[in-house]
Amino acid sequence: MVSCLFCGPKLAACGIVISIWGVIMLAMLGIFFTTHSAVLIEDVPFKEEDMHNDQESLHAIYGLYNQVGYNCFIAAGIYVLVAALSFCQIKLNHRKEYMVR
Amino acid sequence: MGSVFRSEEMCLVQLFLQSGSAYDCISELGEMGLVEFRDLNPSVNSFQRRFVSEIKRCEEMERILGYLLREIRKANIAVPEDDEICPVAPPPKHVLEIMEQLQRLEVELSEVARNKEKLQRNLLELTEYTHMLRITRTFVHSRSRNKALGPQYEEFQSIESDSAGCTGMQRLGAKLGFVSGLIHRVKVEAFERMLWRVCKGYTILSYAELGESLADLDTGEISTNVVFLISFWGDQIGQKVQKICDCYHCHLYPHPENDEERADVMDSLRTRIQDLNNVLHRTEEYLRQVLQKASESAFTWVVQVKKMKAIYHILNLCSFDVTNKCLIAEVWCPVNDLTNLRGALEEGSRKGDATVPSFVNRIPSNDTPPTLLRTNKFTSGFQSIVEAYGVGDYREVSPAPYTIITFPFLFAVMFGDLGHGMVMACFALWMVLTEKSHKRKRSDNEIWTMFFEGRYIILMMGLFSVYTGLIYNDCFSKSLNIFGSGWSVRAMFTDQQWTNETLQTNTLLILDPNVSGVFVGPYPFGIDPIWNMAVNRLSFLNSYKMKMSVIIGVMHMSFGVVLSVFNHLHFKQRFNIYLLFLPELLFLLCLFGYLVFMIIYKWLAFGARDSRLAPSILIHFINMFLMQGGDNTPLYPGQTGLQVFLVVVALLCVPVLLIGKPVYLYWLHRGGKSLRLRRGYERVRRVSEDDMSQAPAYADDEEEGFDDLMTSRDTQPKEVKTATVHTSHINI
Repeated sequence: MVSCLFCGPKLAACGIVISIWGVIMLAMLGIFFTTHSAVLIEDVPFKEEDMHNDQESLHAIYGLYNQVGYNCFIAAGIYVLVAALSFCQIKLNHRKEYMVR
Repeated sequence: MGSVFRSEEMCLVQLFLQSGSAYDCISELGEMGLVEFRDLNPSVNSFQRRFVSEIKRCEEMERILGYLLREIRKANIAVPEDDEICPVAPPPKHVLEIMEQLQRLEVELSEVARNKEKLQRNLLELTEYTHMLRITRTFVHSRSRNKALGPQYEEFQSIESDSAGCTGMQRLGAKLGFVSGLIHRVKVEAFERMLWRVCKGYTILSYAELGESLADLDTGEISTNVVFLISFWGDQIGQKVQKICDCYHCHLYPHPENDEERADVMDSLRTRIQDLNNVLHRTEEYLRQVLQKASESAFTWVVQVKKMKAIYHILNLCSFDVTNKCLIAEVWCPVNDLTNLRGALEEGSRKGDATVPSFVNRIPSNDTPPTLLRTNKFTSGFQSIVEAYGVGDYREVSPAPYTIITFPFLFAVMFGDLGHGMVMACFALWMVLTEKSHKRKRSDNEIWTMFFEGRYIILMMGLFSVYTGLIYNDCFSKSLNIFGSGWSVRAMFTDQQWTNETLQTNTLLILDPNVSGVFVGPYPFGIDPIWNMAVNRLSFLNSYKMKMSVIIGVMHMSFGVVLSVFNHLHFKQRFNIYLLFLPELLFLLCLFGYLVFMIIYKWLAFGARDSRLAPSILIHFINMFLMQGGDNTPLYPGQTGLQVFLVVVALLCVPVLLIGKPVYLYWLHRGGKSLRLRRGYERVRRVSEDDMSQAPAYADDEEEGFDDLMTSRDTQPKEVKTATVHTSHINI
């Protein structure tokens, strides 16, 4: 069986720490964007004309909010994959250590 | 269990240990960790003490164990996973066994290591020889194809042919010598030049680089080598070439005459290398086996030897009585633990099969006992922080229980982020929940050890930061709107203050709380989340945080000063209360307590309606000291008079603080002793010279003049120091 080990123990530990942080933080950000939290207005990519379009401006902004929120959720999903990968690497590293002994 | 308020009460105790069971008694005492031994032989050199030979033996064992552990680590053998490697110190009769085993192991290991090194050196030589043979074959064969050299030989042949019987080629062949070997690549050019200069062209050097790099056993570094072949003509040249090769530290190997010989040698070398590899492999396996077996007990031995050495060290501190049957030790023991001490001695006597049991005897003493504060795994971190500022005197009030709350709280006031606080708390919680396995692993990483020892502190800091994060309404630098903001922008429109045009022409607008409906009410818990969107957020928050820090700091400092009263009362020094505590408290409260009063008054007295008229507290405070200030509108009627009074009181406290206590103590010595002093001198004049010895005693007391009292004046107790340092941290 081909050895799937491609990173050492420290890189794997780094990976899992950053992935856990990424998952939690991006998930929370996604929730706050989809609930249209006012404090995150600076991160929503709206343009000048969106503000002048009086009838639709509110819905347009809400739509942009939702878009950014979904982006966050997708990124959180990617981090879940990275976390699973790092976890596998950690397990493989442990097993390799035991075998040497 | 003693109280955490003060350090424990200690007593001086004499132990009478029977010499047969002394070792076991001290072993029991050591396992319980109850007492502190005093050195009863301070004048004796460490090499003249009684148990020096035993300690030397322990150190010899430690040396061997150190070597053993190093070898075990090099071979990557795992540490046995026992729960607690905590063996008791072995009795003296087992010591010889352990010593013997260790010595045997050491001899075996060093022998095996030496053999291994010899074998490796041998292997290297053979490998080099093989490479050399392989590469010089290419030289020789390429040369035979090289026509340029051929005519030269033939030329010589024609000249020499008539002088002697044998053919010139044979004569040349007899005189042509070869030297071959390996040299470091960096030395090759110098080597070639040296050869050329010395031998004046009678040598031919051909060399080629060796593809792989070999490790040099002496230095351990990996270097590239070059195989060279020197063909020379003449005996004397041969000697010179030999000398030069020695000088450049080449590895020389005999060059075979012809191809068959070369093939033979290469074959035999191949088999020899194979054999050597085999032997080396077996040697390494054997070494590993030996180390594996040793590692099972090595770590227990380490602890046992350490404990043994400690016991002999303590035995050296005791003194023998006249009959030499009994050891006397003086120890400091907490009063609450006297029964445990007796129990430990009984246990030790039983283990040592003593005929006469050892006993204790409490003796009075005038020396200051050591300070003992019992801690568990939670309080030990805080206690070590407090001790970083200094260890308290005997029976002084300990500030450690209060730092359990104040230290993390002050950290949280500075940190104040809900999200990051939660991350910190989770990290600390993980460390606390897995502490058993981490304690067993005992890592070498210093930074990790520092974090691990402070895990409870970090946990408290994280939890308190979550609380202050909620108050500052700060979660990863964004505010959370949990209850609904108290400010309403719509009210500015309904009240006709703003229109769409105001929005389009202005970039920044100010919400006016005086307009009805704009400010509905304060946010129930913490800072209103609308401030996160405001541009003038920092000017509001800075003023708020600074005032809050001043209030907390002054409260903290006053608490520290008040704590010192308990010390003064306990040590029955009532004058300290009037000369130290009262001026300190007055100074603190008259200046900074008044500042706190002004802050709170301004918060209560001025509202949104008259906020424009509210004066600056900082200006008022500065003017208070400068005794100026007719320009500013007063905060309240009668302010100037009150301020002058407070400043005068504070200024009067300063000289009392500085010289009050020294003057009082000096007066005590003077006023109490001056009469006695004269009487003393009179007695000396009247009585015989035997009493002269008493006069110097009085003279010494007299010498204790002002300087001693000034320096021995008790500077601020530790609590105030701690409080002041913490407060300075807030204000940073």
